Amino acid sequence: MTGFQTLLLKEILRFWKVAFQTIAAPVLTALLYMMIFSHVMAGSNAAFTGVTYKQFLIPGLAMMSMLQNAFANTSSSLIQSKVGGSILFILLPPLSHWDYYGAYVIAALVRALAVGLGVFLVGIIVADIPVHSYAVIIAFALLGSGLLAALGIIAGLWADKFDQLAAFQNFIIMPLTFLSGVFYSIHSLPPFWQVVSHFNPFFYMIDGFRYGFFGTADVPLALSLSVTAGAFLCLSAITLYLLKSGYKLRQ
Amino acid sequence: MIPAIDVQGVEKRYGKFTALDGISLSVEQGEFFALLGPNGAGKTTLITALAGLTRVNAGQLRIMGHDVVNDFRAARRALGIVPQEIVFDPFFSVRETLRFQAGYFGIARGAALDAWIDELLAKLSLADKADSNMRQLSGGMKRRVLVAQALVHRPPVIVLDEPTAGVDVELRQTLWSFIRELNTQGHTILLTTHYLEEAEQLCTRIAMMKQGKVVAMDTTQHLLNAFSERVLRVKVEGELPPAMLDDRAKQEGDWHFFTIHDYAEVEVKLAQLRNAGAHIVNLEVAEPDLEEVFVKLMHR
Repeated sequence: MTGFQTLLLKEILRFWKVAFQTIAAPVLTALLYMMIFSHVMAGSNAAFTGVTYKQFLIPGLAMMSMLQNAFANTSSSLIQSKVGGSILFILLPPLSHWDYYGAYVIAALVRALAVGLGVFLVGIIVADIPVHSYAVIIAFALLGSGLLAALGIIAGLWADKFDQLAAFQNFIIMPLTFLSGVFYSIHSLPPFWQVVSHFNPFFYMIDGFRYGFFGTADVPLALSLSVTAGAFLCLSAITLYLLKSGYKLRQ
Repeated sequence: MIPAIDVQGVEKRYGKFTALDGISLSVEQGEFFALLGPNGAGKTTLITALAGLTRVNAGQLRIMGHDVVNDFRAARRALGIVPQEIVFDPFFSVRETLRFQAGYFGIARGAALDAWIDELLAKLSLADKADSNMRQLSGGMKRRVLVAQALVHRPPVIVLDEPTAGVDVELRQTLWSFIRELNTQGHTILLTTHYLEEAEQLCTRIAMMKQGKVVAMDTTQHLLNAFSERVLRVKVEGELPPAMLDDRAKQEGDWHFFTIHDYAEVEVKLAQLRNAGAHIVNLEVAEPDLEEVFVKLMHR
């Protein structure tokens, strides 16, 4: 095995050993959202023609869970090993910035996809979920989770303490995911907030992912795909630059 | 032969503080070399620079001829570092920890690696802890795992940054006999320690650092000879004859101290005492020690 493959395996095992917490718990959380919101919103207007609220909600919840867990995986791994000091074990070997980036992002994708699949499987038990395009679903799942995994690396590198990371998560990630249209179509918002939503990159990830199921969305697929892919490439470039420069890793 | 460690004109500054001030030193292959100095002298900074964890402002560092920046992959493969702080990954067992560490260096899993891990664990008295989670180990055991982690990729150069700090005597002996064995097999060892007797017993050459500079570098024996003196202590019947008072270095109780440079001088000094009329009832010759050299150099 190469150094990259070893680091990837280690990162996967790191969350897999505590899968109850890293995979089962987010699926349960999504299930609770599903039960509560679909109960409260029962009878409300469907966002798209021929789509019930429950059907509308489930892909959004799956994507939100994937994004949050991709971020959590890379950021928590980095902050734990930085605070505990075990980051040393991966800084001493001959690993490059591409090795670190690849291993952390792919491990986060594995966790995100496992969580997403879990939420989807629970979802198809409670509702009839159509699939319009597997390719679109997979593309947005990978790009969105990859984007958040890269953002998690940036946050994990930047944060020196757990509370700094918690602040990043609570004040940036959570508001952006909750206000991205997971629970509603942005067309149901007043015009001002519709405009504001268009500045939230998370909105495009959720919207494009949902298109993969229903073949319809709030904005054209090309736009959501461009924004998501562009943001992914941009954050990946920043992450690679930080890793190469040794930002907060090498003095 | 290419030096195992080659440091040339290395400078490292943190703002206005200069941690390394133009350090140059070279450690030959197969040497057992000590880097000594008080806290804050720059020893750990130098080690982290060798490991590529610290980027220096000027100068070059090479491990087995490989530049630690431009040729970092080869330099890091040639280097095994035992860090000063006890750190561990709480998710894994001892064996998993060592397998991962070997894997980061591109060493394939399999029977050969497992046999080497078993050998390392046996040498470090950890064989019965192979499948224990790292969290379950005592501090001393975790430190031994750090030694195994530094060695698992079989580096020719091994750096130990205060490996015996807070370690009990028995473990210290186990550790040193293993490190000595590695040195005998041809591994180069660079050691920093606060236990000067360890450096004196183990190391063939010593560099002393102070405020980011190397203030002395020589073989252990030369340093002892150059900066330390043997002392002849004698007890005489009654008072010391007045003719010998000027020669006496100091007096502690009944003991009179005379400085000598080698054993040949013992007989000369005893003859002088006898000729002056002293009747010697007891004598001792105290060997020089590294602590004395250290204190002298640091207070210069």
